[in-house]
Amino acid sequence: MNNELQTAIYLLSACLFILSIRSLSSPQTARKGNLLSIIGMFLSIIATLSMPNIHDYLWIMVAIVIGGGIGIYSALKVKMTSLPQMVAIFNGLGGLSAVFISLAEITTSPEHYIETSLGLIIGALAFSGSMVAFAKLQGLISPKAINSRWLHFINLLLALTVIGSCVYFALSGNLQAFYLLAACAIILGVTSVLPVGGADMPVIISVLNAYSGWAAVGIGFSMNNVLLIIVGSLVGASGAILSYVMVKAMNRSLKNILFGSIHAEKSASAQQGNQTAKSGSPTDAAFIMSNADKVIIVPGYGMAVAQAQHILAEMGKDLKEKYGVDVKYAIHPVAGRMPGHMNVLLAEANVPYEEVFALEDINREFPTADVAFVIGANDVTNPLAKTDPNSPLYGMPILDVSKAKNVFFVKRSLNSGYAGVDNPLFYGPNTTMLYGDAKTVTEQIVSELEKD
Amino acid sequence: MTDFWTLLTILTLACFIGYFVVWGVTPALHSPLMSVSNAISGIVIIGAFITAGHGEMNSEKILGLIAVALAAVNIFGGFAVSQRMLQMFKKKTVTPTKEKKDE
Repeated sequence: MNNELQTAIYLLSACLFILSIRSLSSPQTARKGNLLSIIGMFLSIIATLSMPNIHDYLWIMVAIVIGGGIGIYSALKVKMTSLPQMVAIFNGLGGLSAVFISLAEITTSPEHYIETSLGLIIGALAFSGSMVAFAKLQGLISPKAINSRWLHFINLLLALTVIGSCVYFALSGNLQAFYLLAACAIILGVTSVLPVGGADMPVIISVLNAYSGWAAVGIGFSMNNVLLIIVGSLVGASGAILSYVMVKAMNRSLKNILFGSIHAEKSASAQQGNQTAKSGSPTDAAFIMSNADKVIIVPGYGMAVAQAQHILAEMGKDLKEKYGVDVKYAIHPVAGRMPGHMNVLLAEANVPYEEVFALEDINREFPTADVAFVIGANDVTNPLAKTDPNSPLYGMPILDVSKAKNVFFVKRSLNSGYAGVDNPLFYGPNTTMLYGDAKTVTEQIVSELEKD
Repeated sequence: MTDFWTLLTILTLACFIGYFVVWGVTPALHSPLMSVSNAISGIVIIGAFITAGHGEMNSEKILGLIAVALAAVNIFGGFAVSQRMLQMFKKKTVTPTKEKKDE
């Protein structure tokens, strides 16, 4: 295949990738979008393999079959609740792939020192950072946020070493410096993700996603490959925007998430004192909801952990079809462990997406709702975010569940959320706590609803 | 082949396209966006082909082949998981007569 034809195919593929992301603007066109990307990828692979400087196909095919097999197998096996872990792993492998390419590339094309170094650094950060994120999400290591001055100091030291050895390598071309660079970047990936807490994972996953894109851009520059640059910047932009959206939804800064964890403020927990929370039974909840006109369901990570999405969807369906209740689902942008996590789980449970609403679209409806059913969400409903300037949650946009006539809060115990902040909502006059496992409680409600 | 400034121009324009296209994605599909973009970041596989494609077996080629396999996991896995997710967002036809679906 000649060079011009190859360039033309690359151009076509680039357009297909752009259109593919474009089609994710609506659920109707989204599946077509994935197909466009698959075609784009297929074309780019064929165009590259037919280049005159590729002589060996056998081993490449073996590598593709092994990698592709592992990828497809794990993608089909994974549970939708474990999706964030899966995305983290794939992301990390993409980063590692960039690392290996840089290592091979540096010995063959010595004229692109800086570009190759950038590809290496970003790829290495994406790789080791994603592995730590995976370990945290999977519960292999504690998902708690760590706030240690030592770790910050080590990070700073590593970052300086990375920059220093990158500059030294660019000037001298000394391969030792390049390997030092690789090692430091990998360690830096670990130590920079280690302090990040579990509930900040949506941000960190998005950041790592962006890294894998920028790593491709770096490789594109070192190999003079236009397609890698275009696709890499699409992925990079997507990760960057998702991080921004997530950070915004928590009213925090990226610096704050990477370098400092939330400390529980004394003032916030001091009010706990003599307040008592009212608790109720699933039977009460079933009775009130079946007589309601409008119920808004607020799912959170606790629902995912308890795998309660299917039974929750059944509850919504029963209320709607048997009792004629107007049922809606309200989703906070940072609910769950990755952007859009709750939407996928509800879709998995066959909740029609027309019933699922984002924060800004549903908030004004709480005052007209008879029941807000909060299941596994906590901090995203905490009114202190509006009222208490001392609260670490202050300024975070929340779902105004307290404006509903009745609030049911499904929760294991009165423990505070991940932010370590007590939620005054528990003690509100219209709040009823339903203590227990999210799945068990919802099952009881459903069996109550399906009686008679 | 292509000089640095041409590549930088392409990068800059691609960033603008990425910026506008990604803002258009509905928040409900942020997870699929993440996994689709994850899959297409496997495009580094074409870089890996070039390092793995030459004739004799040496350390460089082995690095390239590992890179091919890793990127392939990313591509195939990413597209498969996106497909699974997007399948769930299919328009649900509400049929009140049909009761008791999945488990």
